[in-house]
Amino acid sequence: MQRSSKLWIVGSTLLLLLLYVTPMWQIDLTAPQYPEGLGLFIWINKISGQNPGDLKTINLLNHYIGMKAITPSDIPELTYMPYIVGAIISLGLLVAWTGNKKLLYIWVTMFLMVLIAGLIDFYLWEYDYGHNLEPKAPIKVPGMTYQPPLIGVKQLLNMTTLSIPYTGGVAAGVAFLIGLAVAWREFRNQSKEQKT
Amino acid sequence: MKTSRWRSSGLMVLATLILIAVAAGCFGKKQATIGSSDAASKVYVAPGNYDEFYAFLSGGFSGQIAAYGLPSGRLLKVIPVFAQNPENGWGYSEETKLMLNSTSGFVPWDDSHHPELSMTEGVPDGRWIFINANNTPRIARIDLGVFRTAEIIELPNSGGSHGSPFTTQNTEYVVSATRFSVPIPQADVAINTYKQNFKGTLSFVKVDGKDDGKENKMSLAFQIMVPPFDWDLAHAGKGPSHGWYFFSCYNTEQAHTLLEVNASQNDKDFIMAVNWKKAEEYLAAGKAKDWTSEYYHNYWDNEKQTGVSELLNKVKMLDPKDCPGMLYLMPCPKSPHGADVDPSGEYIVGGGKLATVIPVFSFSKMIKAIDAKEFDGDREGIPVLKYESVLAGEVQNPGLGPLHTEFDGKGFAYTSHFVSSEVVKWKLGTWEVVDRMPAYYSIGHLMIPGGDSKQPWGKYLVAMNKITKDRYLPTGPELAQSAQLIDISGDKMRLLLDFPTVGEPHYAQGIPADLVRKREVKIFDINKNNHKYVTKSEKDARVVRTGKEVHVYMTSSRSHFGPDNIEGIKLGDVVYFHVTNLEQDWDIMHGFTIKGSESAELLLVPGETQTLKWQPKKIGIYPFYCTDFCSALHQEMQGYLRVSAANSNVPLLFSTGN
Repeated sequence: MQRSSKLWIVGSTLLLLLLYVTPMWQIDLTAPQYPEGLGLFIWINKISGQNPGDLKTINLLNHYIGMKAITPSDIPELTYMPYIVGAIISLGLLVAWTGNKKLLYIWVTMFLMVLIAGLIDFYLWEYDYGHNLEPKAPIKVPGMTYQPPLIGVKQLLNMTTLSIPYTGGVAAGVAFLIGLAVAWREFRNQSKEQKT
Repeated sequence: MKTSRWRSSGLMVLATLILIAVAAGCFGKKQATIGSSDAASKVYVAPGNYDEFYAFLSGGFSGQIAAYGLPSGRLLKVIPVFAQNPENGWGYSEETKLMLNSTSGFVPWDDSHHPELSMTEGVPDGRWIFINANNTPRIARIDLGVFRTAEIIELPNSGGSHGSPFTTQNTEYVVSATRFSVPIPQADVAINTYKQNFKGTLSFVKVDGKDDGKENKMSLAFQIMVPPFDWDLAHAGKGPSHGWYFFSCYNTEQAHTLLEVNASQNDKDFIMAVNWKKAEEYLAAGKAKDWTSEYYHNYWDNEKQTGVSELLNKVKMLDPKDCPGMLYLMPCPKSPHGADVDPSGEYIVGGGKLATVIPVFSFSKMIKAIDAKEFDGDREGIPVLKYESVLAGEVQNPGLGPLHTEFDGKGFAYTSHFVSSEVVKWKLGTWEVVDRMPAYYSIGHLMIPGGDSKQPWGKYLVAMNKITKDRYLPTGPELAQSAQLIDISGDKMRLLLDFPTVGEPHYAQGIPADLVRKREVKIFDINKNNHKYVTKSEKDARVVRTGKEVHVYMTSSRSHFGPDNIEGIKLGDVVYFHVTNLEQDWDIMHGFTIKGSESAELLLVPGETQTLKWQPKKIGIYPFYCTDFCSALHQEMQGYLRVSAANSNVPLLFSTGN
């Protein structure tokens, strides 16, 4: 591995460290009654309101449509996600230290799988919250479900719901792309070496 | 002969008619000084936009303060202070009742006159506003983070708190001067022994300036015994005159009956200069006598969300006889009201109600006169300074009934004139009148934002009028009270707006909105709610019986109460509903009441706990419900309470959703 590749990998793991200090995802709810904004931040280890009290308020509003309360302690992923990210970071550093190309490819593949698994998991939770509704809910709109978009905007009754990555999530994506680019470069270099 | 008499009579009739027509033209209400569309654009604040200034107008006999926006004149909030306010339960809930305790018992009303903002370096800082209670002498402090009364201190040895509160430039003190002199200490004496037995006092209330979330800030530092005049108004010195207070007084004749005549005989009364730094020295030197005088100090405990009412009884009393150099009297024509200090701190303007001039005193000349002992005798041992020695100048022919002066920071002063019903603008230094603006009608105080501070924001002036008559659509014999907004940004004053007010707009303070908004509180953090009976989560909601006392630990959140079915209450029980609003969402209020309640509703901001006391008188089922429209299912936010006979065996039950 080239020296610059090793440095890029170290940079990629540093970006991942951001996940421990900033949210990876944000969900914004916009409605006329909330000029001050209302929304959630999803971190690798917690879910918090964008303003103090937002989580509580969102749960309060959601109970009218029968959505179950978002209780971070009920989501086991929030417990083990910090360790998974930690493992990716450690393995990345090991790649940079050893310069082992095979390890590099394993690392990038694992990284990709974690990203995909994370998104699928996020989608499934959203599906669960959006579809698994209390049958005695006060507000029932025939045919209506309340799954927020994975990425993008969706109108859910009076709430315009926006779901996009936040700083931590963007950093993780960039970190992965760096890893992928490094792997691609090293793979090309390897092919050239084999040809010559 | 006959014809000429007829002719002259005819001329007189004609002249009278012309006079009436001219007078009607002059005083007709339709007068507008600028094009009405121009004025409209100056006071128009578009939907969703904010006013530039907060104006805090006292309610006078309403006992409250009301916050308005300027320039729109829109009413933003009535802040309950000295009077019960059923609209939000102030003075009705168990917690807020304590704030209205006094040595006269629970007092449900007072007469609130002079709001005064807290200051830093002589400039209003937007933290607090103080106001006096005229009838049962007290001073209140309102916290402008929450727009609520945070503290009320009673003033013992006082016949009525009028010259109050008036802060020093760093809010070291707020003061109160007794309007009515009485025997001090109180005594059963003949009223006609006024001169021998009656006294006045000045109270100095020390203010702890730390903005630390605690609300017990005021303490009675000392009182000064003063002659039995009617002490009227005051202002603290600032800049060079910092360290001094100036109190106006009338009735130096010491009349005790028919004051309108008997207290209007002396050509000059006084503005008394009080060297409060000197008073502090005398206090430290042990010159004060320890008096035992009971008074209440009530303050709000933010964490426990309840009033704390403590009875105190120690007062330090300074007698001027023991404290030379502390008090000086400046003769002031005639029956002065305002004692107003200009932004530089050099000039003190006396508003002599019955005077034909506005006297302006010079602080530096006063100090020189004191040093040179230019005295004209004394009153009860207090040196009287020579009028000419302390006079900076007189405004000649200002108007009739000058009352109160504020300043624009650009070298001009504005004095209200009750009798001639006008605002008179005059120049500091030359003392010449430069402009006049009629007021509709009979203006009392006036206010320029920061106009009694070191730094006036001299853009608007609010005239607070005592008579309304035909200014608005009529509402029967009892009319709305009235204020007027005047543009003072140019050379000529321009009338912009009339707006009706809550209660009598007695006096006011104004401040740029940003200075207040930076301390804005939106909700109370439920995690910091340490109310004795808080219920932080619906699963902790419960009903607890202790003998005949029943405590309901109740939660409210959209759109139900926890619990909402209660049984096992019996006749003879005293039920306390401790209702906690669990919401943490801005402006999601919940209210609470129960059928037959003899109290007002509870109105709870997010994160707040308050208590309603209720004693059922008949058996049956009692609905209770949320009184503030909280949500789409607000109408469903209700519950039932069952009251059984005193000897029944119905067990205590409570539930939600079963």
